[in-house]
Amino acid sequence: MKKRNGILFFAFILILSLVLAGCNKESSSTDKEPDKGGTDSSENSAGGTIVFGRGGDSESLDPATTTEGESFKVTKNIFETLTEFGEQDTEVHPGLAEKWESTDDGLKHTLFLRKGVKFHDGTDFNADAVVFNFERWKGGNKESFYYYNSQFAGVLEGVKAIDEHTVEFTLSRPLAPFFKNLAMSPFGIASPAAIEKHGDKFTENPVGTGPFKFQEWKRNDRITIVKNEEYWQEGLPKLDSVIFRVIPENSARVNSLTAGEVDLIDGVNFSDVPSIEGNADLQTFFRPSMNVAYVGLTNTRGPLKDKKVRQALNHAVDKQALIDAFYAGAAEAAKNPMPKMIAGYNDDVVDYEYNPEKAKELLKEAGFEDGFEMELWAMPVARPYMPDGRKVAEALQANFEAIGVKSKIVSYEWPTYLEKTRNGEADAFMLGWTGDNGDADNFLYVLLDQDSIGSNNYSYYKNQEVHDLLIKAQSSPDQAEREKLYGEAQLLIKEDAPWIPLVHSEPALAGKKGITGFKPHPTGSDNLATVELK
Amino acid sequence: MFAYTIRRLLMLIPVLFGLSLIVFFMIRAIPGDPAQVILGQLATKEAIAELTKQLGLDQPWYTQYANYVGGLFSGDLGESLRTKSPISEEIWPYLAATIELSFCAMVIAVFIGVNAGIISAWFQNSWFDYAAMVLALVGVSMPIFWLGLMEQWVFAINLEWLPTSGREEVRDPVSAITHIYTLDTLLQGRLDQFWDVIRHLVMPSIALATIPMAIIARITRSTMLEVMKSDFIRTARAKGLRMFWVVYKHSLKNAVIPILTIIGLQTGLLLGGAILTETIFSWPGIGRYIYEAIGYRDYPVIQSGILVVAFIFVMINLTVDLMYAAVDPRIKYQ
Repeated sequence: MKKRNGILFFAFILILSLVLAGCNKESSSTDKEPDKGGTDSSENSAGGTIVFGRGGDSESLDPATTTEGESFKVTKNIFETLTEFGEQDTEVHPGLAEKWESTDDGLKHTLFLRKGVKFHDGTDFNADAVVFNFERWKGGNKESFYYYNSQFAGVLEGVKAIDEHTVEFTLSRPLAPFFKNLAMSPFGIASPAAIEKHGDKFTENPVGTGPFKFQEWKRNDRITIVKNEEYWQEGLPKLDSVIFRVIPENSARVNSLTAGEVDLIDGVNFSDVPSIEGNADLQTFFRPSMNVAYVGLTNTRGPLKDKKVRQALNHAVDKQALIDAFYAGAAEAAKNPMPKMIAGYNDDVVDYEYNPEKAKELLKEAGFEDGFEMELWAMPVARPYMPDGRKVAEALQANFEAIGVKSKIVSYEWPTYLEKTRNGEADAFMLGWTGDNGDADNFLYVLLDQDSIGSNNYSYYKNQEVHDLLIKAQSSPDQAEREKLYGEAQLLIKEDAPWIPLVHSEPALAGKKGITGFKPHPTGSDNLATVELK
Repeated sequence: MFAYTIRRLLMLIPVLFGLSLIVFFMIRAIPGDPAQVILGQLATKEAIAELTKQLGLDQPWYTQYANYVGGLFSGDLGESLRTKSPISEEIWPYLAATIELSFCAMVIAVFIGVNAGIISAWFQNSWFDYAAMVLALVGVSMPIFWLGLMEQWVFAINLEWLPTSGREEVRDPVSAITHIYTLDTLLQGRLDQFWDVIRHLVMPSIALATIPMAIIARITRSTMLEVMKSDFIRTARAKGLRMFWVVYKHSLKNAVIPILTIIGLQTGLLLGGAILTETIFSWPGIGRYIYEAIGYRDYPVIQSGILVVAFIFVMINLTVDLMYAAVDPRIKYQ
């Protein structure tokens, strides 16, 4: 019996050691591992390499042909735009255009371009290159140059080279956000020579004037960009290269950062923020908020047709509790459809306070004294403005329950969810929006104008007065007047309560302690030229 | 044997044909329009209509299906709607990544699973038997998601033995030849990189191996128990043969058919089912390739991706069937 036990024990140990065999041998070589990256980077002089971990791969590296944030994150560093946003806001600053002049009627803008700038392929950046890009966007398929068509088509009549470094834009009507639009990532100026050379494959061979040059793209895995030695801004970029690595799972991404394999990550779960802040080797960053999370109340469905019912639901939601529970405090309760940083934000709007009693009263007035039943659609994916759709939906469900409204939580896979809500098939649904260019038009018109029903006005909100204000603001060249118009529109929207605006969140990022000069941009596309790793 | 193989290969045609038809209709039955997904939330109706036309999705289904199948016969798997690249070019790196991972996982699963099963049967009702079978039960029911994150936490963060995720050290990437990195690094004589690739393989392989390992162990144990009760085993023992040979030679040989079957099935399942492991360990494999295509409604990639995986699955099963004849002389195919 003893002998038998001995054999068994031996066999058990053998199998156990086999399981661990792979790992055990590693311990000798892992000591080298941390400095492996270090030796590599020190060979490349001072700057070094950082690995940026993110949740998804880019779709296209030709910014003009995509609408996707993960693409702009990379192209922001390869291409530059005529105007640039501020470091952490959407104020307009000079970019590839040093200065500009506009006529009083707002129909002609003359841009004076920066001299001595070269594309990564060695060709010159000049007025012809600008004209070439605009003509490419204008002449191409509507669907492939999507942003050009949504921002400029029908308004921009002509782009003309006056001399080598001067370009004139002619508009058919004033376009208030003209210079803001120019600063958007999709309008990065590309090398005409490279576009002609690569044709359809330009998306995989991007050439711009930016601080980094494209080097390699392994789909669904990584994109490498390297320092542009000829960059026109003295001393920039500070890094030698940046590797964007796809790590789809949020917790796994934090694990990679903690283990030191990546240097900077985005898409950090708010629930992981405390543990990252408790780690002496790491630091967190928060992206200034340019988003809104909301519960849309489809204005054409059942009891939700009644304004009083929608107002009642607004009174039912405890926004602060949501912020404390799901956003680690890194969010602000929303009262308007757009965040504070957008010019034209109306701070005089008084939000529906959290007051279940008042909500019940309103329901009673609307004839729903005993409440009603509806579906509550929970977002199936995590977004910076909505970290956990399911759990937030459960909290909302409890809020609604307290005023007698019974909601059934429903969810679909993401494209299905969007299509069904767009078709007006949902009662109450969770959704959100991140701004493109920091203009009020990009929130109010896009999300709540009657023209946008069928695209982004998912709540089917229709108000002629609001529509008139938004259209007027769209074409007014006078910024002060626009802000006034948007202010009025927000008051009307608040009264009609097409949504329950929930929060404006500050998306969390994290990095190694040694990262300096990283300033997350509200648009989600970060310029990494000033980043250093010490 | 030869005729049998040919017959089985011919039978593949209707199987794959039927499968392509099912997949074709299934993905079109789910709501969500590719043009909409590609253009994003801001898209207008006109832009969507135009793109739908450009992608050929406005044509009747039979035209679309005929085009697709027609392409397949000439080796054309179609073009991804999202990346606009031919799928036949695009798919191999993903497939290679998954093959490499699944192979490692299967080696671990078979080696440990079969041995644990044999020893459990040999010493039935001993503490080893109980421990191994409880572990197997835990293995089958362990959520891979949790296991993967725990592995990362223990072996990468705390012990610092292994990298958390990926296939290689991105600061010193492998230059791909075959896209099977262990092979590529050896071909280039980069032993340092080879070692690095192996290190990256360990954790995802173990995570992926857990379930098949447990299943193989349980099947092996029960078949071995049955065989070991046979008369010829008693005879072998009676004539004084060492127990080790009785178990590993005479018993195992007779228990091998069900074990082989389960190994074949599990290998096939791993190829398509590695998606959770691939996600946690950021392994750019075929599972994630297809999964992401579903999110983008990239019809051609979903269709062709599933077809390729199914083809491999069927081929593995065929190989297993042919191996029956090799290991058991009583089985003959005509």
